[in-house]
Amino acid sequence: MPTLIKNGQVAANDWQLVDMDAGLDKVEGTDTVSNVIVPLAMWLAEKDTLTGCDKTIGVWLDSEDDPYSLADDVASLPLIALKFPSFRDGRAYSSAAILRTRLNFKGELRAVGDVLRDQLYYMQKCGFDSFELSDGVKTEDALSAFSDFHTGYQSTVTEPTPLFRRR
Amino acid sequence: MYIYDQYDNQMLQDRITQFRDQTRRFLAGDLTNEQFLPLRLQNGLYMQRLAHMLRVAIPYGLLSSRQLRKLASIARDYDKGYAHFSTRQNIQYNWPQLEQVPDLLAELAQVEMHAIQTSGNCIRNTTTDQFAGVAPDEIEDSRPWCEIIRQWSTFHPEFAYLPRKFKIAVCGTVHDQAATQVHDIGLYLKKNDQGEVGFQVLVGGGLGRTPVIGAEICDFLPWQHLLTYLDAIMRVYNRYGRRDNKYKARIKILMKEIGPEEYRRRVEAEWQHDKDGPGTLTQEEVDRCKAFFTDPAYETLPDTDAAIEAEAGKDVMFSHWLERNVAAHKKPGYRIVTLCLKETGVAPGDVTDRQMDFIADLADRFSFGEVRVTHEQNVVLADVRLKDLYEMYRACMTESLATPYLGLINDIVCCPGGDYCSLANAKSIPIAEAIQRRFEDYDTQKAIGDLTLNISGCMNACGHHHVGNIGILGVDKKGEEFYQVTLGGSADRNAALGSVLGPSFAQEAMPDVIAKIVDVYMEHRQEGENFLATYNRIGIEPYKERVYANAD
Ligand code: SF4
Repeated sequence: MPTLIKNGQVAANDWQLVDMDAGLDKVEGTDTVSNVIVPLAMWLAEKDTLTGCDKTIGVWLDSEDDPYSLADDVASLPLIALKFPSFRDGRAYSSAAILRTRLNFKGELRAVGDVLRDQLYYMQKCGFDSFELSDGVKTEDALSAFSDFHTGYQSTVTEPTPLFRRR
Repeated sequence: MYIYDQYDNQMLQDRITQFRDQTRRFLAGDLTNEQFLPLRLQNGLYMQRLAHMLRVAIPYGLLSSRQLRKLASIARDYDKGYAHFSTRQNIQYNWPQLEQVPDLLAELAQVEMHAIQTSGNCIRNTTTDQFAGVAPDEIEDSRPWCEIIRQWSTFHPEFAYLPRKFKIAVCGTVHDQAATQVHDIGLYLKKNDQGEVGFQVLVGGGLGRTPVIGAEICDFLPWQHLLTYLDAIMRVYNRYGRRDNKYKARIKILMKEIGPEEYRRRVEAEWQHDKDGPGTLTQEEVDRCKAFFTDPAYETLPDTDAAIEAEAGKDVMFSHWLERNVAAHKKPGYRIVTLCLKETGVAPGDVTDRQMDFIADLADRFSFGEVRVTHEQNVVLADVRLKDLYEMYRACMTESLATPYLGLINDIVCCPGGDYCSLANAKSIPIAEAIQRRFEDYDTQKAIGDLTLNISGCMNACGHHHVGNIGILGVDKKGEEFYQVTLGGSADRNAALGSVLGPSFAQEAMPDVIAKIVDVYMEHRQEGENFLATYNRIGIEPYKERVYANAD
């Protein structure tokens, strides 16, 4: 099980993520877990079935997926995961900011995929609050990442007031 | 100059601590090469042909004498006693050891300098016109705006992993020396009818494999909205810029694919959310930044000097230097002096530690302790008293810094090329030298007049070859180094991309090729025309005919 960091601490992962090409049976057939993260396409196609089943449903977006496709759902979704296919693909930073500031998503925003230690600080600033670490990332290294910087210049999700209005 | 406060300093210290730890984890094997790569690049560190190269940022080209002395001492202590001014208003060291880089960065931080975001797929050092704040034709001083952009772009959490590198230029003068139109974002400062400051915003310019001149997406952006609007441009690029192909990842390709109208529409749609939000600039912040760029203590001086004129009458090289390297200043009795770092036999833009110390002394003696570096790889002392010019000129002669050929054919802009750069197709420095030797005679250069000659060792176009009046590009032909020539490029307000002359040439042929091109110009030029004007009038054909005359 990959390490999960939530709100700056190691936390138990009680969600299971199902792959892009998995079918609905994958969701309904998972007896052991009650919380499932489904891909966006599945969510958009099977929304009614999914909301009607006995699982709690979250949705994950690949880096090219449009966060605005969840505009009608953000109020009811407890979790959205954004995937980093590679840590160098920075689209999810913008998706996160859009979910938080445009769509006002209040639930858990999770980084999944190629999630490494040295990007955690920026991810958090863009609105992520949970992080499923890639294999090989040392937990103690990762926990220290959130204090890499004391402050930043910009208006961000976690600090909307830019430094020039604070200094 | 901008002076760091506790916040700026804290961030710089945090960055050094972060990079020290990253380097440690890399050397300990906790970070793979691939994982470390973007981290070191965003700290300016490249792996080159023979060693590491560290690129240090000179924000919008401005340096204090104290900073320049630090750069000199770093060249001595961590390198082989020299450094290289790049075409991006940065300075590069070619021989630092990886293990020592965190210490080197700590030394830089002592003088408020760093290598942050000088490489990698992020927002790079913002550049501007080297005459900002002193040019007589200035619309608005670009430096405070550059500083505002520097802060906004530094450690921007959303835009550190863009599809590709991203460069912003700001220009506040009528005569554009910042190559503004060939940047990912080009900002022209302007004033509306009420005298309020704003920006004309160009997007999608760039050189490299696919050179493009930026397209306007906003005719007048009131200054308050600068940062929120930049955020919107960046977000559209970050989301939609291509990531499947490195060569199609720059914003210019997205711009071409969707067109300026659609780009503008997306930016506007995005911007509506943040417009007038907390990211909106305040008068207070602008005033705070402007306060760092007020005029130095200028004296009231006459704008003529009989003694200087007398010296110019006696010393012909000095009079040439006055004509070429000395420009008008907004204050009577002051001049802007450009030191041309293009001595024949020295790689263009290279400076020794000794020269850096010397220039720092010059700045203290003659120009309020400030220096600017230019994207043409020269150095500017912006506030020199007219009456001091001869004394300064004589001093420069002792360090080979008095070459009077600014803007002439031998003032070649040239990337490091195959001698250093691992991406190169061909060497560029030896070509520059061979051409300089060919035109060594000063009277010949002077007779040719204004001409920009830019050389890049590969398609990445660090030498800005597309916008040189004559551009030279190193190409690889079955493992051999060849050179393609373009004519008619220009980087000013009437920016133009050069046209390819024809098949490429072997290295040995280059001086002759350039000489023939120059001959055609000299034969055809009319009264008052410079190289570019003649070219624009007669077109490329006569040059082709001459250069390829004897080819089979
Ligand atoms: S143009 Fe090419 S060869 Fe020259 S410095 Fe840039 S990448 Fe290297």
